Amino acid sequence: MKIRFTLNGKETETDAPPDRRVIDLLREDLGLTGAKEGCGSGECGACTILVDGETRLSCLMLSVQLEGRSIQTVEGIAQGDELHPVQQSFVEHGAVQCGYCTSGMVLTSLDLLKRTPCPSRDEIRRAISGNLCRCTGYQKIVDAVERVSRNSGEREES
Amino acid sequence: MKNTILEIGKTIPRADAYAKVTGKERYAADFHCPGMLWAGVKRAGVAHARIKAVHAEAAGRVPGVLSVLTSKDVKGTNRQGVVRKDQPVLADDRIRFPGDPVALVIADDRDSLAAALERIEMDLEPLPPVFDPEEAMERETVLIHEDHPGGNVLLKGAIEKGEGEAGLKECDYVVEAEFRLPYQEHAYLETEGGWAVFKEGSLEITVSTQTPFRDRAEVAEALGLGLDKVRIIAPFCGGAFGGKDGITVQSLLGLAALHHPDRAVKIVWHREESFLASAKRHPARLHYTLGAGKDGCFHALRAKILYDTGPYDHLGGVVMALGLEHAAGPYRIPHCSLKAWAVYTNNPLSGAFRGFGVPQVNAAMEQIVDMMAEKIGISPLEIRLRNALKRGDKNGVGATLTTSTGITACLETLRDHPMWKNRQEWKEAAGAFRTRGVGIACVMQGMGYGPVVPDTANAKIEITEEGKFRVYCGVVDMGQGNDATCLQIAGDILGQDSLHMELVLPDTSETLPSGSASASRTTYTFGNALIVAAGSMKRRVLEKAADLLMAAGHEEMALVPGLIRHLPSGKEIPLGMLARLLGTAERVVTSRFRAPVSRESVTSDPDLRLHGIPHLIFSYGVHMACVEVDRLTGAVEVKRYLAVTDSGRVINPQILEQQIQGGIAQGLGYALMEEFRADKGRCETPDFSTYIVPTSLDLPDMETIAVELYEQSGPFGLKGAGEIGIDGPVPAVANAVANGCGVRITNLPLKAERVYDLIRKRKMQQPATKTQRHKDG
Repeated sequence: MKIRFTLNGKETETDAPPDRRVIDLLREDLGLTGAKEGCGSGECGACTILVDGETRLSCLMLSVQLEGRSIQTVEGIAQGDELHPVQQSFVEHGAVQCGYCTSGMVLTSLDLLKRTPCPSRDEIRRAISGNLCRCTGYQKIVDAVERVSRNSGEREES
Repeated sequence: MKNTILEIGKTIPRADAYAKVTGKERYAADFHCPGMLWAGVKRAGVAHARIKAVHAEAAGRVPGVLSVLTSKDVKGTNRQGVVRKDQPVLADDRIRFPGDPVALVIADDRDSLAAALERIEMDLEPLPPVFDPEEAMERETVLIHEDHPGGNVLLKGAIEKGEGEAGLKECDYVVEAEFRLPYQEHAYLETEGGWAVFKEGSLEITVSTQTPFRDRAEVAEALGLGLDKVRIIAPFCGGAFGGKDGITVQSLLGLAALHHPDRAVKIVWHREESFLASAKRHPARLHYTLGAGKDGCFHALRAKILYDTGPYDHLGGVVMALGLEHAAGPYRIPHCSLKAWAVYTNNPLSGAFRGFGVPQVNAAMEQIVDMMAEKIGISPLEIRLRNALKRGDKNGVGATLTTSTGITACLETLRDHPMWKNRQEWKEAAGAFRTRGVGIACVMQGMGYGPVVPDTANAKIEITEEGKFRVYCGVVDMGQGNDATCLQIAGDILGQDSLHMELVLPDTSETLPSGSASASRTTYTFGNALIVAAGSMKRRVLEKAADLLMAAGHEEMALVPGLIRHLPSGKEIPLGMLARLLGTAERVVTSRFRAPVSRESVTSDPDLRLHGIPHLIFSYGVHMACVEVDRLTGAVEVKRYLAVTDSGRVINPQILEQQIQGGIAQGLGYALMEEFRADKGRCETPDFSTYIVPTSLDLPDMETIAVELYEQSGPFGLKGAGEIGIDGPVPAVANAVANGCGVRITNLPLKAERVYDLIRKRKMQQPATKTQRHKDG
């Protein structure tokens, strides 16, 4: 069936079976492989996307659920060559190792920072607790999110 | 991307992070093309059986299915393995564990594939299974591999030093304990996968692997192809930790592609399949007896270590040997009797996992050291300081330490650290119904392959017409950041910034053989090769530039980002122009490095030497865990963690921290919650809801300190740091719980119910009014 939605700011129409998993639609039909499949059952968070600004697991969604929605994937976060401040902070603070959890972590952090602009470390830890990372021990991810919120706070003050 | 001058010793954001954080990086599972086929395997589901027949007809009739292949379709040896080639690509006569693949289905799409896999039936003649490694070893009525001369013992090893266990008779104090450690699953987020195509007689496989060059040889032999007809391309791995050291999907992909020439075919294991079929950390049973004198000096150690290697070798012998070599820890012990076995069973497959046999022995040794300290009545730090190895000493297997040995420096750093100095205060601040404890553990980890197997890397650098230096990296980056480190090393020598350096990822057709991404060797071995190549490249371009500018000599020339400057005149040549003036052959330099090895004969057993004993270079460290135990539930929470590490000089402090923190995180999972279980060989923890790995809420902030001793043979003084972080958490946490609660859990992990049970038993044995005070460390 025809499904219309906004994908990374662009009106998109695609033809897919209504029960096609969103992760397959994104990765295979639309070529956006930033969302990763780590478990296929909603346990790891690697396939996280933003639907109307909120985190959703694309392995648990069906294509038909995208109708009329606004979808953001990790590919749509940067402005051209300029990284989003969250992405820049992940790079600078060593929050990226193998990279497989990274897109989910970045999008979950975006969602958190929108709701809670200056989260505490505990709040950051709670917010990303649905995203598994097997490389970092999470500390540098928490650092990165903490620093981006602090930096943006400083910008607003100045 | 921000441009950065590349210099040694500086935190530089990892070059690979940009493509990863924008979702642009293409991993093995990220390749798609129209008409791509999907392949998958039917797995046995039983632990031990003889295959009488595999019925593929019904599966073959499923619409969309192109073919169903069995072992009869494999033209080569149908055997894989690094040391003993005992694992079939597709099972032929025997099933040895439920994860054995029996048939390979190739289909147009995943739905057809799944439907076909359900329709494959097998006629199996059940064989009596063996699940207990001691039983497998002692009562060989069931043989897992009938052709193995050692029966069910894949490999055994014994090292006697001094008087061996007779030394125990001369000790004032003797402590003895048995420890058990479970399977640990790697649980990398990227499951095993990749894609392949067979075109014009050549097979090309893109796969998530740590070992592209070894894979090429294995695939060629198993499938009956010439080595030159197989190409392996290795993108960044989405985590590996040892679990992709060797064949996973490679031969299956190759087999599928061979049967459907010119069609791209893809395999991606789903999570449950990965947990079922992949290798895990060996479960181990360890019996330790340590003896010491009144002065607190260790005198004798007896250790018996049994590793359950499961159905196939899969590096199990090498894991056993490394555990044996590290069994006595970083201590001076004159008399040692160390024995270890790796035993075949019908349990899940064991194999390489970060630490490679060492986390198991270290869990035992570092706990028994604490038990000895308590018995003698000295602090856990003091007993370690008294016995720590120094350069020139002989270690537990009798090998002389001739390279940098920083264990004492690490212990002294801990001694002076506020976390250690203020521990009593911290412990006393525990809340109601909570008990706090602190524990320490030393760590050590040998680097490289050992004395026999050549530990070699070949680096290649090219100057490009675009004015960049291109580094051809022969070793995989599975997430640990060695690619970025390579750019930093070559960039520093060549005077460049990050914009003028680029990388080619491992590819058997493009890069040069450089061994596995494993054994804490990657940056040490490849980095040493790269230093020489970068030096040669520097000399070459400076000489060419000097000739072109009619300078007196290359000493007048300097490499700066993007160009070469003639210092006396200020004239400049852009690198791109220089490259265009060079012939294609002149633009490339290569260099080979073979790691030095120990020449000492510590064992007369050639098998043990082949399997890696002894090593020449070790990294060292000490960890400290501060835990809080909920006395009402037994739940253990790690509140603070400190790791002091001697892994030589540091090239990029941020990457070292990543490695140590990541190792600790996996180690804390192993200590507190990770327990991969199988009942009669069948996986009882098939996914992330049953096999629990730490989330961001389960781990503390960790402090990591580097004690930067200079290792003469290392690239810029570096030693390996990829594994050592995982060796400490289990004993550090167990020692902390013992310190706080007075109970010692020898059966890992320290799950709440186990801790609660022991606390309750201990309480029942004591008068209710008496408050137990423990001698603090």
